Amino acid sequence: MAKNVSTLAYVAKHPRRRSIEDPLWLRIVLISVALGFVGLFLIVPMLVVFAEGLSNGWSAYLRTFEDSDAQAAIRLTLLAAGIAVPLNMVFGVAAAWAIAKFEFRGKNFLTSLIDLPFAVSPVVSGLVYVLLFGAQGWLGQYLAAEDPWLPWLQSWLYDHDIRIIFATPGIVLATMFVTFPFVARELIPLMQAQGRDEELAALTLGASGWQTFRRVTLPNIKWALFYGVILCNARAMGEFGAVSVVSGHIRGETNTIPLHVEILFNEFQTQASFAMASLLTLLAFITLVLKSLVEWRHRLAVEAAAASVTRQFATK
Amino acid sequence: MSIEVRNVWKHFGEFTALAGVSLKVETGRLTALLGPSGSGKTTLLRIIAGLEFADASNDPEWGRVLFHGEDVSGVPAGKRGVGFVFQHYALFKHMTVAENVAFGLSVRGRSTRPSKKEIADRVAELLDLVQLGKFGGRLPHQLSGGQRQRVALARALAVQPKVLLLDEPFGALDAQVRKDLRRWLRSLHEKLHVTTVFVTHDQEEALELADEVVVMNQAKIEQVGEPQTVYDRPASPFVIEFLGNVNRLTAGLAKLNVPARDVLYVRPHDVDIRRTRTGEHDLQVRVLHVFSAGNYGRVTLQRVTTGEPLEAEVPRDRLRELSLQQGDEAFVVFRHVRLFPKGEFFETDVPEQATALAADSYSI
Repeated sequence: MAKNVSTLAYVAKHPRRRSIEDPLWLRIVLISVALGFVGLFLIVPMLVVFAEGLSNGWSAYLRTFEDSDAQAAIRLTLLAAGIAVPLNMVFGVAAAWAIAKFEFRGKNFLTSLIDLPFAVSPVVSGLVYVLLFGAQGWLGQYLAAEDPWLPWLQSWLYDHDIRIIFATPGIVLATMFVTFPFVARELIPLMQAQGRDEELAALTLGASGWQTFRRVTLPNIKWALFYGVILCNARAMGEFGAVSVVSGHIRGETNTIPLHVEILFNEFQTQASFAMASLLTLLAFITLVLKSLVEWRHRLAVEAAAASVTRQFATK
Repeated sequence: MSIEVRNVWKHFGEFTALAGVSLKVETGRLTALLGPSGSGKTTLLRIIAGLEFADASNDPEWGRVLFHGEDVSGVPAGKRGVGFVFQHYALFKHMTVAENVAFGLSVRGRSTRPSKKEIADRVAELLDLVQLGKFGGRLPHQLSGGQRQRVALARALAVQPKVLLLDEPFGALDAQVRKDLRRWLRSLHEKLHVTTVFVTHDQEEALELADEVVVMNQAKIEQVGEPQTVYDRPASPFVIEFLGNVNRLTAGLAKLNVPARDVLYVRPHDVDIRRTRTGEHDLQVRVLHVFSAGNYGRVTLQRVTTGEPLEAEVPRDRLRELSLQQGDEAFVVFRHVRLFPKGEFFETDVPEQATALAADSYSI
């Protein structure tokens, strides 16, 4: 009896159930390993980027961005992301919609195809575009052909001097290819979990396809969509491999921020190179903050829902 | 508005959901599609709604859906004038209750759309009708299951459907709410008289609520009829087994032109227990279990000759009179039995004959 009482007192004093907890030393070791790893591989490099970028002072840091090549690189990066991200948003929603809401032959194949850009090395995807659109590629052969089909197209391409490789279109294409999966991958599981009932309900109530999408589907997926878009954007601005292959590294013309960083670094302009790199690091920070915001908002909504249910049962 | 379905086939891959189903629902009736899961009832409802389409066929008369004699097979769901209530309500999560109900009116084209004021009035009227007048500003997740179901119903009614279709309307609710809502839906139907079809796997629900019950099994319709008819005169072994409790016994009589070893069906309330033998065909049984709750007692018996289990429902007074104990020997007489020899139907209300059909003395 006395033992029981003391056990109760112990439980009251130590509400956690000791028996299912790991020993203290193990927790300390695990937490230090995790923190040490994060610090060494994530935080220290980030700090180094800013430290090196600011090593010659604040004014030298700012001067890096006055350089016209640097500005051109920033512009091109914004342009490439500005085209690739909205297009991938549309493709991603369309693909996720098709996969989540319809049954069709080849669905599994399409699902794995969407992941292809993750599976393929970015360099390879860049090379594919060179092969397709380069001077020795299909487009080059078409332009050089003596007797092409659609002669008007050939002369139009000549007249307008349309080039893809070593030019902005190639960079946009490569960026799109590499960032294609982000939006679709965020949406597919969510849309599959939500099912089709709400859309079907809207249809039976007489809504058109567009009304159903805008008023029912979109509000249900907006946070996942936003999340996919910021991840897609981060990758679009930071992409190196594929863009490097198709860019040709023409200064002031076909260099994006990551490519410009590499060039500066190879020319031993360490401070300038790190200053440029700090832009991408900032982008990463902003992405992380936005991502946490989205998750926080989502959690708030879930908690509000849970709270209202509890309240309801409490009042009953 | 009457509904007619003609020879509808539907396959999902290898699975046959509907195998040549034809059905007529008269105007203003409340009809239940009753069957176990996988019997095709929901698919039939969705085909009527235009959410699924029947398999294509070379015969133009096959796979047709007609509303009031007019072919609507090719008409999309939104233009059929049906109100559909989904099993899990499918309310628009991000919209308030009022916005949900208003949805069907607010998506109409400019020329047919009522004014904001008219929509608001109609919504208020409908919310009153479903007894949720004060809940217009709530979000669906702030409502209980029964309330959500009523919002879904109001939303479907907002577009003034000529046909109301409900898929397992009470499936996700607990027993008490189910009963209340069932009664309420019946009274709503009396008020509105919209042709209504609902799907359910609960026979009690179908029998209590519907004007007409369509019993489905394995992609086919087994029987169509009023609740009393399908319960009292089931057309097939499936129907009798699905509607209410029933005992299955081996029949053993050649004399009445019943093939030997056929299955004989007896409802528990048609089993009369006696302590002593009263006729030559009485079945000898052993008492396995006695349980009484409410007005009726349930007695589990075992037929001595074959070991077959047998359930009996006995009024409480009678049970006290019998004072049965576990292990006791007793005799039973059947008031009413049914057999389905070779797809035909045979029944008798004469107790001697009924009991004789199963009687040991005639067993082969």
